[in-house]
Amino acid sequence: MAPNALLDVRNVETYYGNIRALNGVDVSVNQGEIVALIGANGAGKSTLMMTIFGSPRARSGQIVFDGTDITQMPTHEIARLRIAQSPEGRRIFPRMTVLENLQMGASLDKLKFFDEDVEKVFTLFPRLKERINQRGGTLSGGEQQMLSIGRALMARPRLLLLDEPSLGLAPLIVKGIFDAIRELNRTQGLTVFLVEQNAFGALKLATRGYVMVNGSVTMSGTGKDLLADPEVRAAYLEGGRH
Amino acid sequence: MTQAVSLSAPATTAPSPIARAVREALFAGVISFGLFVLFIGLKSDQNIDNRLIVVTRWGTLAIVVALTMLGRFLFVGFLAPAFQARKARRAKVEVVSEAGFVKRNLLAIAIFALFLYPVFIISTAGLQGSLKWVDNFGIQILIYVMLAWGLNIVVGLAGLLDLGYVAFYAVGAYSYALLASELGWSFWILLPTAGILAAFWGVILGFPVLRLRGDYLAIVTLAFGEIIRLVLINWREVTNGSAGISGIPKIDFFGWFTFNVSDPNYFGKVFGLGVSGAYYKIFLYYLILLLALLTAFVTIRLRRMPVGRAWEALREDEIACRSLGINTTNTKLTAFAIGAMFGGFAGSFFAARQGFVSPESFVFLESAIILAIVVLGGMGSLPGIAIAAVVMIGGTEILREMNFLKLIFGPSFTPELYRMLLFGLAMVIVMLWKPRGFVGSREPTAFLRARKAVSSSFTKEGHG
Repeated sequence: MAPNALLDVRNVETYYGNIRALNGVDVSVNQGEIVALIGANGAGKSTLMMTIFGSPRARSGQIVFDGTDITQMPTHEIARLRIAQSPEGRRIFPRMTVLENLQMGASLDKLKFFDEDVEKVFTLFPRLKERINQRGGTLSGGEQQMLSIGRALMARPRLLLLDEPSLGLAPLIVKGIFDAIRELNRTQGLTVFLVEQNAFGALKLATRGYVMVNGSVTMSGTGKDLLADPEVRAAYLEGGRH
Repeated sequence: MTQAVSLSAPATTAPSPIARAVREALFAGVISFGLFVLFIGLKSDQNIDNRLIVVTRWGTLAIVVALTMLGRFLFVGFLAPAFQARKARRAKVEVVSEAGFVKRNLLAIAIFALFLYPVFIISTAGLQGSLKWVDNFGIQILIYVMLAWGLNIVVGLAGLLDLGYVAFYAVGAYSYALLASELGWSFWILLPTAGILAAFWGVILGFPVLRLRGDYLAIVTLAFGEIIRLVLINWREVTNGSAGISGIPKIDFFGWFTFNVSDPNYFGKVFGLGVSGAYYKIFLYYLILLLALLTAFVTIRLRRMPVGRAWEALREDEIACRSLGINTTNTKLTAFAIGAMFGGFAGSFFAARQGFVSPESFVFLESAIILAIVVLGGMGSLPGIAIAAVVMIGGTEILREMNFLKLIFGPSFTPELYRMLLFGLAMVIVMLWKPRGFVGSREPTAFLRARKAVSSSFTKEGHG
């Protein structure tokens, strides 16, 4: 509920038909932070991510980005406020090449800064440069994740939303991707909101964290505190009691 | 076993495929003779005295047997080795080689050939004999090429399955037919008008179906196509119902000369060439060729522009598009509008060429044929679609010419009637053989180095 938060999610409720997926969620992300949202399968993490992006819309509550109420905005207009997303399942364009995927990411500026930005993405993920003319669908899972993040970065985001970047990837690649996120945050001051099941990696990376259970935020604190919390450890880090 | 040997060491150990083919052809001949001698060679019939007699048809039998032998010969001698060679080639490491002159300039050569086509036909078949070739093959095929390229924008690029495309064709045709007959406007004003009207109807259709995709979208567009047709049939005061509109004015050449024999500036009179219907057909041929090339040009340009890229991205993943800040509503509507516009252009051309339009020409089958051409050619691929149009429309036209089949199947045999059967068969075969159409691979529009045609942002500075 920080008054000067970059992203402020206030008491948001989201429904799928009559099923309530989020019941009164409060989350805020400050400028320059990495915030992690952890929770089990079906806790509503991805729903929150999608609700921020206006699809599905929140039925009640408010989502404010940098002073603008975005709760009722259509998705593409929210994206134009420079919120970029690497969505769940990566959602790269499989028949388009790596370069074309990155071009799509730069649609907002009509490719004005493309040359500059594409070099930055290639510095961050040199693997993408090797695959530059390869179709997205032929990349490995890790490369697709890199492409998805790279495409989001091409929009010059002020806030980057990442939905489970570690999903289905080998530990070494996950580490590489988390390192890249940390690097972005450190050097460019990029604000990141991260949804993860990989609680350990996410909380180690994050400035602050939230724990979500059954559509509600049950705990929050700094990444360190949450990592040390016995309940979090028991539920998400050591096999769990659930 | 012999095949395995011939694969590893061709030419040296394996017997010559031609020799084998001759042997196998003889076998096939014997077998087919044995099979068909009773079926085809002999036929029981009644003579004038109502007595059962045996009619022999040795000629037909010989033709069937010969065809079988020929087929077997070609298959064993040429087709099978070709397939094997291709397999062997694929197994090898791909060797990158500089493409030959023909391959590099294929597009330019093809366009050049299309421009020379009427000249070639006139020089071989004469002015009067050229009519059929220029009209039935040239113009007819090019209309479908243009329609399929227009539909390709909607279906191939934007991935919106449209089963009612013929509606825009109809809008274009009736716009020209009505405005030209009633107001006497020139084709050159009405061509863009028809395009704009069709685009307008494209947007009208687009609005209600914005939220639909795939099969649901297909059903609604199908209904839209039928609505337009039924309106044309029932709005008699304007469209003259199913009787159609006849006497649609011909296209003039920007007012310099016309193609009406009675006019003082008739083409034949202006150039002192005498009277012939072929001039108009040849003029129409070049016109539709230019219109089709315009369609291709616009499509190619658009693919490299933001809106074209957005179409292709939309086809791949709508949600991802939105989260990248693309307004999917506008993107879809522009796809519908631009696709419809080319349908409208083709429609007004069609009306001018036929001189007659009626709702008969805009039935669902037309939509299905156009869509089949797009799918067979490979969605999104302009050359593939052009090939498919030549095969499909040219194929049906050729069927009309196959009078020799009457010698085999009897004088009551009309090959055109088997059009749809062959159409379906061809589609099934192509889909089995190449499920993504003739040209299934998508050509990328962006390259980091090389190719200056990409977009200015790439060429500003060199990349290493």
